[in-house]
Amino acid sequence: MSALLEIKGLSKNFRGLKAVQNVSFDVTQGEIYAVIGPNGAGKTTLFNMIAGAYAPNDGTIIFAGERIEGLPPDAVCRRGIGRTFQIVRPFPALSVHDNVMVGALLREPDTSRASVRAHEILRLLGLHDKRDMIASSLTLPDRKRLEVARALATDPKLLLLDEVMAGLRPTETDVMVDILRDLNRTSGLTIVLIEHVMRAVMALAGRVLVLHHGEAIAQGEPAAVVRDPAVIKSYLGTEVVG
Amino acid sequence: MKKLLIDGVPGHGWLMLAVTTALLLAAPLFVNDYLITVLILIFYFAYAGQAWNIMMGFAGQLSLGHALYVGLGAYAAAGLYVHFGVGPWIGMGAAIIISGVVAVILGYLAFRFGVGGVYFAILTIAFAEFARIGFDHIKFLGASSGLFLPVKQYVSNDLWSLRGKPVMFYYLMLVLMLVALGICRMLLRSRLGYYWRAIREDEQAAQSLGIDVFRCKMYAVVISAAMTSVAGVFFAFYYNNLFPEQVFHISRSIEIILGPIIGGIGTLVGPIVGAFVLTIFSEGMTELLEVFKLTSPGAKQVFYGIALLVVILLMPHGIWPPIARALGLAEKSGEGKPTDEKP
Repeated sequence: MSALLEIKGLSKNFRGLKAVQNVSFDVTQGEIYAVIGPNGAGKTTLFNMIAGAYAPNDGTIIFAGERIEGLPPDAVCRRGIGRTFQIVRPFPALSVHDNVMVGALLREPDTSRASVRAHEILRLLGLHDKRDMIASSLTLPDRKRLEVARALATDPKLLLLDEVMAGLRPTETDVMVDILRDLNRTSGLTIVLIEHVMRAVMALAGRVLVLHHGEAIAQGEPAAVVRDPAVIKSYLGTEVVG
Repeated sequence: MKKLLIDGVPGHGWLMLAVTTALLLAAPLFVNDYLITVLILIFYFAYAGQAWNIMMGFAGQLSLGHALYVGLGAYAAAGLYVHFGVGPWIGMGAAIIISGVVAVILGYLAFRFGVGGVYFAILTIAFAEFARIGFDHIKFLGASSGLFLPVKQYVSNDLWSLRGKPVMFYYLMLVLMLVALGICRMLLRSRLGYYWRAIREDEQAAQSLGIDVFRCKMYAVVISAAMTSVAGVFFAFYYNNLFPEQVFHISRSIEIILGPIIGGIGTLVGPIVGAFVLTIFSEGMTELLEVFKLTSPGAKQVFYGIALLVVILLMPHGIWPPIARALGLAEKSGEGKPTDEKP
């Protein structure tokens, strides 16, 4: 299996604050890969560099064989990386359907066909009944699903999910886990997720990267990583996980 | 094209459009000259308001200097006619190109360097002010003493050179208003229309979905400017005189945007409804104040201002969205659905 995403020596500073330092990892085609770590560890900064929101100070990002670091977000998306935002950002005044439609129009310029695609994705994420609701009137779990739906509509090869489980109830988390796992299995979609909900990480991820103070302190299979003394000390605490 | 233009309009929507159009087509047969001039003014504001609405209502870019494009269109066509005898329909081409180029420069300066929100609005005012002061010194176009089109008493209407009676302008402006409605509907329901609304709602989120935000905003500015300049051509040939102080003045820009604000920003019919309500209200106010002998200077402006405030307080999303919902004409794609309400 070849690497879909290769990150080499990636660093980002914000006026002396080293948000991400020399982080390297690669994600294989078809894999579900999780990035965990305490608040402020640099997870979202890492995502923002991959998605093009920030240009890294150092390092390279290779996606599908092409260097993409420093490209603007729209160019990154067109190359096949979809993302969600940690703090959800639906288009508030647009309907649920139209939100997803905006994503679907990227690959399908014809509005009728894009709408058909939007309907499919809404069914997939269980939002079809709410398609005519205005996005701003949705509950948080629904907004999170809408965020995923909209990113999926751009038909990405790689989906970056920034804490889509946060704030969900355990049963809702399980539903989201099932959806993501199905997507991964049926369409071979590669997923990189930032997650605090270890229940979801353990259920989904094949491999895990642990960030702490911007540095990668551990990497590997979830079951091994959660037993790593450095990870327990910096992030998980002594609580038994998984 | 056809699909974007007519799909999804309910039967009673067509009926209302047909009845309104028929009434307006027949109006010159039974209303007096004064009402004709009022209706021409309404169509003019409805048209210009629709053009402005593309930029602000659809794409979320606030222009407070749309008088710039009216003025450029007016001077381009009038200048060509007065000096070179070029007819207004060809002049219209020049007007569209000149306004489009100026819009590209303005848009490029703003969007390439991340000028947004109120700063963008200030830039649009600055451009209009540059034009106002600049045209004051262009001797070729009459400078501050004005540019005048030759006028005589017309017995017949010359559509080719736009010389004729008000009723000719009445029908032209009516057609222009209806064509703009069609164009706006097609734009709003196209891929570009969806992208504009996404940018209006959240630029960063739009960009993360692969939208070239810069390009889409440029399209909005250029299309809006080009359409507005056409209003300028008719303005010049209807009024027959142009003064930079009047044409490019900021109050002209404000006049254009009041219609869509009162009618409903971002809606298709809002700018038209707004133009009708405001112009009728403004003219009615003049009559009413005369009846009550309130002719002191500024009285009309004060009452007008109060009335605007009341409308904005009672109907913050404009007059049209609640009417559209009541009539069952609210489109699924955001038309008439304000942000903070559940459907």
